[in-house]
Amino acid sequence: MSNGALVQISDLTKTFDISSPWLERVIERKPRQYLTAVEEVSFDIERGTTYALVGESGSGKSTIARMLVGLMKPTRGSVHVDGVNPDSASAEDVLKFRRQIQMIFQDPYASMNPRWRVSEIVAEPIVTLGLLSGRDAVVRRVGELLEQVGLSARDAGRFPHEFSGGQRQRICIARALASNPEFIVCDEPTSALDVSVQAQVLNLMRDLQRDLKLTYLFITHDLAVVRYMADQIGVLYLGRLVESAARDRLFSAPSHPYTQMLLDAAPRLDGFGRQHQSDSSEIPDPINRPSGCHFHPRCSRAKSNCAVESPQTQTAGASRVACFYPS
Amino acid sequence: MNSQSTSSEAQAEAAAPKGFLRRAWESDIAWSFRHSPVAIVSAVVFLVLVLGAVFAPLLAPYNPFDPSTLNLMDGFTVPMGQGLGSGELYWLGTDDQGRDIFSTILYGLRISLFIGLMAVLFAAVLGVTLGLIAGYFGGWIEAVIMRVADVQITFPSILIAMLIFGIARGLTPPELRDQMAIWVLIVSIGLSDWVYFARTVRSSTIVEAQKEYVHAARLIGRKPGAILRKHLLPNVMGPVLVIATIYLALAIIAEATLSFLGVGAPPTKPSLGTLIRIGQDYLFSGEWWILLFPSLTLLALALSVNLLGDWLRDVLNPKLR
Repeated sequence: MSNGALVQISDLTKTFDISSPWLERVIERKPRQYLTAVEEVSFDIERGTTYALVGESGSGKSTIARMLVGLMKPTRGSVHVDGVNPDSASAEDVLKFRRQIQMIFQDPYASMNPRWRVSEIVAEPIVTLGLLSGRDAVVRRVGELLEQVGLSARDAGRFPHEFSGGQRQRICIARALASNPEFIVCDEPTSALDVSVQAQVLNLMRDLQRDLKLTYLFITHDLAVVRYMADQIGVLYLGRLVESAARDRLFSAPSHPYTQMLLDAAPRLDGFGRQHQSDSSEIPDPINRPSGCHFHPRCSRAKSNCAVESPQTQTAGASRVACFYPS
Repeated sequence: MNSQSTSSEAQAEAAAPKGFLRRAWESDIAWSFRHSPVAIVSAVVFLVLVLGAVFAPLLAPYNPFDPSTLNLMDGFTVPMGQGLGSGELYWLGTDDQGRDIFSTILYGLRISLFIGLMAVLFAAVLGVTLGLIAGYFGGWIEAVIMRVADVQITFPSILIAMLIFGIARGLTPPELRDQMAIWVLIVSIGLSDWVYFARTVRSSTIVEAQKEYVHAARLIGRKPGAILRKHLLPNVMGPVLVIATIYLALAIIAEATLSFLGVGAPPTKPSLGTLIRIGQDYLFSGEWWILLFPSLTLLALALSVNLLGDWLRDVLNPKLR
């Protein structure tokens, strides 16, 4: 691989076949239907940095996360983490990939097996990936991990239901760290938590990033979280990456009209009394996406060609934008 | 003063890890059990019947299957009557051969319970396995398993059991038939009931498999077999226990029905159903006790298991609380 980025995603595309069952199609003469959840998304993540993916519900954020960690096969395109592909034919490569990558999930109530003790939950990656041998070594490592995320080693004997949402998310972080990964995909890790607990979990994740040189892909729709966590930000709209820029640049000078709309819609403390033109339009149906640039029906800058051609991604310095008329 | 000491005791208890018995006694299920007279009575009846069946050789006053102890002159003794030949007292009377009805019921209960439990176990193992596989893998595997289940459910289960029983009887050599009969019964009743386990387990598996802990396990490369056994199986077993109790009652009745129809347990190893069939021959000649007592026992057994199952279903279903 030419550049030094840890994670390289190129032309990632995922389409789902959502056709009705065969018999219904034959009887009612329905065509096959496809849903394009992710379309030709490419970006790199530098080692030790955080890349945030933002977008509305249904923009394909979670689908990208699933493909990235190997839970879902991309329809086209590829994912490389440190040069290794999750769909590699060699078992050695697959094991290497799995040791490097981990995931933190959105719902801390569903992300742990309710019948397992915390010790078993945290030890599962260690044992499955064959990182340590011997019961004592595993037990010691589990205790270390729990302390690393701000819990006590004594918590290992308890069940998930004995913990609060924030504590559960800490256990999930401990499980993610158990395999010494370099790269962690965080799928809205704080959206199910109280604001005060969110801050604690985010601080913990930043401290861990600094201490362990972790690389994060952070998926969220909360712009405050993005501003706090991200180095680079990618904005998704209906499966396409419409803008990708460094954090400060994106917040101070957004170039894509959708990014501007998104930033305008976020509540601001300093904007007290400002007149806000709220956008009432909904995200279009992802099955029948608008032609050309998918954003044109909601865009204030749209001209006639926006409905016909889809804009190519233009690179301007470190940032990229897919728009005919960027500001 | 008194309340203070109890509250500090409670705190000390909360701090110290509780023993298993203590936790079991304080659990929701135990509380609900203590407050449900129906559940207590059914449990006592069921327990008495199970103990009677397990310790039949110790409890039964006679061994009804040892011909040397039978006295033909004692035949058709009325309940609480003395045999004409031996002058011994028979609590529940005797049949045509002078066999003690009480002892035959204890031994029959043994066979009925054994067949019922084994049939439910067989159905549960088969149904849970197929349900897990169908729910987790989906696609054509699920389609095949569930369509087979759908087709099978359209046949009455007694019919399926008779079909399997008939085929198996034809295949076994005559000298082994009586020995095989019980196992054939277990398989045929089990095969007709697995569908109910499979359907329930499949739907809970579909729900569980979408949860993130399963994704977390797949992510690190756990094999599907390990995910099914270690992650999904413990989380879908709750409803299985309830279905197993309800189908235990039905399996016992199915066995009795088959035996009553003459395709079940052989006369050399009579179950309650066989006893009822034999007793039925004598009903119109006035020997009512040969029919009545095995029937009452079957009724008590099926009813107590069924009521226990109903109670368990209500307790474990949070929607009904």
